[in-house]
Amino acid sequence: MRRAAVFRLALVVAGIVLLELLCRTGRIDRLTMQPPSEMVRDLVVLLASGRMNGAMLKTLVNVAAAATLAVVAGVVFGVGIHRYRALRQGLEPLFATYYAIPVYAFYPMLIILFGLGDMPQILIGFMLSVVAVIVSTLSGLDRVLPVLVKTARVYRLGPIATARKITLPSAAPYLLTGVRLAVAYAFIGVIGAEFIMSQTGIGYEISFAYDNFDNKVMYPLILLILVVSVVVNASLSRWEKALLQRRSRT
Amino acid sequence: MTAQSWSPARNSLIVFALVLIAWQILFVAVGPQAMTPPLETIGYLAQLLTTAAFWGHVEETSRAFLLALLLAVVLGLFIGFLLGAHRFSRDVCESILVAFYSIPKITLYPIILLVFGLGLPAKIAFGTIHGIVPIAIFTMGAVSNVSPILIKTARVLKLRPWRVVAAVLFPAALPEIFTGIRVGFALTLIGTLLGEMFGSQRGLGYLLMTAIGLQNVKLIMAVTLLIVLFAASVSTILIVIDHRLHRRMA
Repeated sequence: MRRAAVFRLALVVAGIVLLELLCRTGRIDRLTMQPPSEMVRDLVVLLASGRMNGAMLKTLVNVAAAATLAVVAGVVFGVGIHRYRALRQGLEPLFATYYAIPVYAFYPMLIILFGLGDMPQILIGFMLSVVAVIVSTLSGLDRVLPVLVKTARVYRLGPIATARKITLPSAAPYLLTGVRLAVAYAFIGVIGAEFIMSQTGIGYEISFAYDNFDNKVMYPLILLILVVSVVVNASLSRWEKALLQRRSRT
Repeated sequence: MTAQSWSPARNSLIVFALVLIAWQILFVAVGPQAMTPPLETIGYLAQLLTTAAFWGHVEETSRAFLLALLLAVVLGLFIGFLLGAHRFSRDVCESILVAFYSIPKITLYPIILLVFGLGLPAKIAFGTIHGIVPIAIFTMGAVSNVSPILIKTARVLKLRPWRVVAAVLFPAALPEIFTGIRVGFALTLIGTLLGEMFGSQRGLGYLLMTAIGLQNVKLIMAVTLLIVLFAASVSTILIVIDHRLHRRMA
């Protein structure tokens, strides 16, 4: 596995170097793309100037709001319907087809409903992530071993103690999958919505820079979003793997 | 019809009815400035479907979507088989694929536009990059999980490589591959529509974008309804086939 990680790093570095060479030699013209080294330099300059602080903060707050709402609502809803078999069976086809529906198609409607503030973006992020949380919660609860639940009953644990000591630790890795998906989808939803139509945020800044052919702003920002989403996702999935391993040990 | 095949159909109908009721209630709550009620929307959509101009947009979107899906399936299968059959490449590339899956691909849109220019190729490319990853990931997982006995048998029979793929790997991995294509279908549709929302002069995504600009609620609702109906019904059919394939293999 270590050898694979080294190869992966080499592959990524090779890709970046190739891109750099193609840009430097003029195979890819400056209007289409900038060399990666310049993107990094421009990004540092852009971040140091503080121009983007407002937009970055806005996007981060909205993503956090959307993901938090989705996790809370999704877990509560998932725990709520887990016990009711008929209800769950009725909702399952909705969950299954949900991700086939382009959520962005509702964005225009949300803008008309709530105006062009933060609300439509947060709601798009929320709509995109909540069902993933519900589905992960359900599958986590399904995997709590019946013998553990019975043990809790033998020890006469109350519902809160059962949740804290048995259900939650046991379902934790799956709940964390839900959280990871919620964060990724909230990013996708919020930035996508900002990109389509909004007044601020990183997605808006990228689309604004694009409309003005401002590659010195656009490429660094694209790079920033890619790096942030990959790093956040990778750290959450590392944590998830650690939890899964601990769970299989005990 | 057996009871088993009847129950999912009934569940879908109940969900469908509930959605219509929720829509009507929401309409009463928010008023006619923000949305149109179900019956009126269906009526307006039916009226739109009799005009040649609207069909032009539908045709444009369909063409872009089908080509994007075709490309996503072909390339996704290719990548999936390649990585699935070779363990080390899989270890190297899997996390790169997963990382690509989780980034907000909408931020790559300016790059796609700069590379492909305005028009059909950009939309197709954008649809394809959305759909290709799930198809590749599912195919890779399925191919790598094909029982070693089958592969050994193929080797004993001295099958040529392409015969191994066509006669052994593909049939054995088909159910999982199909799940990947089902997910890829949904994402390709989203990608194509997003592609049409910017930098396009035709298609349903473009129509949505102009309707937002004109605050044409009726048009927004009708186009959204058409997209959702299409996505939900195709995805329901795909889910039924998917379940059947999985059951046959079990």
